[in-house]
Amino acid sequence: MSAILDIQSITKTFFGVPAVKEVSLRVAAGQIVGLIGQNGAGKSTLMNLIGGVVQADSGAMLFQGRPYAPRNPAEAYRAGIAFIHQELNLFTNLSIAENIFIDAFPARRLGPLRLVDRADVSRQTKALLAQVGLDLSPSLTIDRISPGERQLVEIARALHMDASLIILDEPTTSLTARETEKLFAIMRQLQAQGKALIYISHILNDVLALADSIAILRDGRLVTQEPASAFDVSRMIALMVGRSIDSLYPPRTAAPAATPLLEVQGLSAKGIVENIQFTLRQGEVLGLFGLMGSGRTELARMLFGMDSFEQGSIVIKGQRLTRHSPRESIRRHIAFVTENRREEGLLMNINIADNIALVALPEFARTTLQVLDQGRMMSAARSAAGVLQLKSGDITQQPARSLSGGNQQKVVIARWLLAEPSIFIMDEPTRGIDVGAKYEIYSIIDALAAQGSAILFISSELEELTGMCDRILVMSRGEIYGEFARSNFHAENILRAAFREEGVKPA
Amino acid sequence: MNARRWNPLQFVLNNSTLILFALVFIGFSLSSPRFFTVENVINFVKQASFTGIIAVGMTFVLLTAGIDLSVGSNMYLSAVVSGLLMRTMGLEVLPALLVALATGTLFGAINAFFIVNLRIIPFMVTLSTLVIGRGIGTALTESQQIDLPQRMATFGQGQLAGIPMPILLFALVVLVAYFILTRTPFGRQVYAVGNDVEAAKKAGINTDRVIFMVYLVSGFCAALAGFVLASQVIRVDRSFAEGREFDAIAASVLGGTSLFGGVGNVYGAMVGAVLIQMVQTGLQFNQVNLYLQPMVRAFIIFITVFFDSLRETTQARLKRRFIRPVENREASTPART
Repeated sequence: MSAILDIQSITKTFFGVPAVKEVSLRVAAGQIVGLIGQNGAGKSTLMNLIGGVVQADSGAMLFQGRPYAPRNPAEAYRAGIAFIHQELNLFTNLSIAENIFIDAFPARRLGPLRLVDRADVSRQTKALLAQVGLDLSPSLTIDRISPGERQLVEIARALHMDASLIILDEPTTSLTARETEKLFAIMRQLQAQGKALIYISHILNDVLALADSIAILRDGRLVTQEPASAFDVSRMIALMVGRSIDSLYPPRTAAPAATPLLEVQGLSAKGIVENIQFTLRQGEVLGLFGLMGSGRTELARMLFGMDSFEQGSIVIKGQRLTRHSPRESIRRHIAFVTENRREEGLLMNINIADNIALVALPEFARTTLQVLDQGRMMSAARSAAGVLQLKSGDITQQPARSLSGGNQQKVVIARWLLAEPSIFIMDEPTRGIDVGAKYEIYSIIDALAAQGSAILFISSELEELTGMCDRILVMSRGEIYGEFARSNFHAENILRAAFREEGVKPA
Repeated sequence: MNARRWNPLQFVLNNSTLILFALVFIGFSLSSPRFFTVENVINFVKQASFTGIIAVGMTFVLLTAGIDLSVGSNMYLSAVVSGLLMRTMGLEVLPALLVALATGTLFGAINAFFIVNLRIIPFMVTLSTLVIGRGIGTALTESQQIDLPQRMATFGQGQLAGIPMPILLFALVVLVAYFILTRTPFGRQVYAVGNDVEAAKKAGINTDRVIFMVYLVSGFCAALAGFVLASQVIRVDRSFAEGREFDAIAASVLGGTSLFGGVGNVYGAMVGAVLIQMVQTGLQFNQVNLYLQPMVRAFIIFITVFFDSLRETTQARLKRRFIRPVENREASTPART
């Protein structure tokens, strides 16, 4: 069978770190290719290369036999590649019909005006909707239809532009079981019509059932691409995990105490998290593992008071929180090291010292006129920078922007140290920083725990959790789906829980 | 399908302008008997015409989540250029109108160039051209007042089938703009760009072109509004149309256009413009202290913008991304229609 898309040894590097390395992949017409891999394995980058979101450093792609190098998403779209993202690209303020035809409306002239031929648009839309099994009025606006229906509208749009390759990235996360079944039926139908599909999912059984061939990525490299019949779920997981290296983690110096610092009881928010229950103890490093979109970050934001929830309670040092806001959390000595340093954590153009002092500013303005005590502030910032061994020049001059990723992360942690927190929520604290810097961050985590702080360590890198944590909670689809003690850390079992495989007892 | 419970709060939020309009109208009619007359209603609609015309142009810009602060200066500059030509070269009304429109559209094109081609934020660009535009106009006139010829007054007081010229032009602008926004590919793309500019690019829309065009539309409308105003006051002085950008933005937002882009329509802008003028007239009828009047107007505008922000937060809550399936459809169905 001839390949409709032929990727030849493609490489993409971000800031010196290869995200996709010499990957070759073939997708044939009338075929569904399942693409799986752990978070950060390079799936998204690979799809973004195909979709024109990013451009390759080396390697080549052939699409329908011709060289293919899209410079932007619009070019990929025009070439006949439809990309259906996890977050949908529909205009919620426009109708279904308008969303499908937005780039090229059939129109007729009326004097100087080109008017949309609404009858024609409506008729064509009805036909397209029928193809994806939707019985909706074309004039219904997107914000009035369900997530599942939106997904099908995107597919209708792909059909309208006559896409020959459709990429679906985690399309089922927000769908109900019935909607998922419907989507799969339509995918099979498209396949029968000779379209090629790339299906990315963390639900391995779905991938097994749907795909003709399965490609597995690990650390930016293609591990293998074989017919689906060559796989079962445990082989898929084994290939995704690969082998790990030891001594990447410092030894833990102290054991957790029994005193609970943070107790979360029955936390629920409709459509986000469901009945979250756990206790974080003094001196404990508690890992929270989950796949992309499992609700880890959402939970972290709720715990810190940034998002609201509907049911349940948060108890800090025996006191139930009645108000939920970041201010209140800071007052209760909770620190939140965000996943996204650049956008949420640091003021990039401001100098390091001011960045460090930011959270504790009120502490340094405890004078009658609320004027900042600059001297005290600077010496506190200097000592925090010293404790964390920040590698920088003059911290009152150098902007945060100029630091390396690892040192930026230290600035974020240093800032919290000044507020003397006892509970740290760390969301992907080592994302995008190099191995050496990671080791230093791990050492800081260990030291904090040894001093009696409690750390909720959220990560999608399972290895670092098994390396650092006393206990690991697994989140899946907004629920705690498994709990593992240190003596019981087994990468495959934890991954199984994250993938909701059978044989793992739900928590 | 899509059966939803009737939510009174949501109803009030979604129809806040019309409810406010009705309340204000009834209130003034009760407090001042002379207010509720055909003559007076025609009068304040006429006075609202030029504000309404700029507000229509402003709506295009706001729909893309942009802003055009320069419309007042644009009105002034295009009125100055056409007024000077009428005075010095004896230009007739129609050619003068064309000159004004060309000037205003060029003004809009300059805004668009800086915003689209040089990627400077609309707020800064149009704030600068607000100052520069008035500066050029003042320089051209040497700060003198231009008295317009009698034929301009005749044009301004003209009627067609009993409808005053300003109202006629206002209605025409609303109608054409309505068709452009709801029925043309360009109009629908304006909404798409305002909803999500990244998604619009991915969908193959030439977003630069769309954004460029909305500033042209705003410039064109400003010039037309300036001409209508000039034909009513028959002179163009230094403070001509000063601060009108505020009324235009207010009218548009009063009419339900969101400053966050993607939501709004010209019909709302029309209602908003008339509402603002109605409040003004009503306050005069009730002999409210002259110095208090701007505060009352500002208060009404504040209330509406507050509603806009309320609507926006309700929307945001309803649009939260779900990571678990939600069987209950209602939860994922925001209220705006």
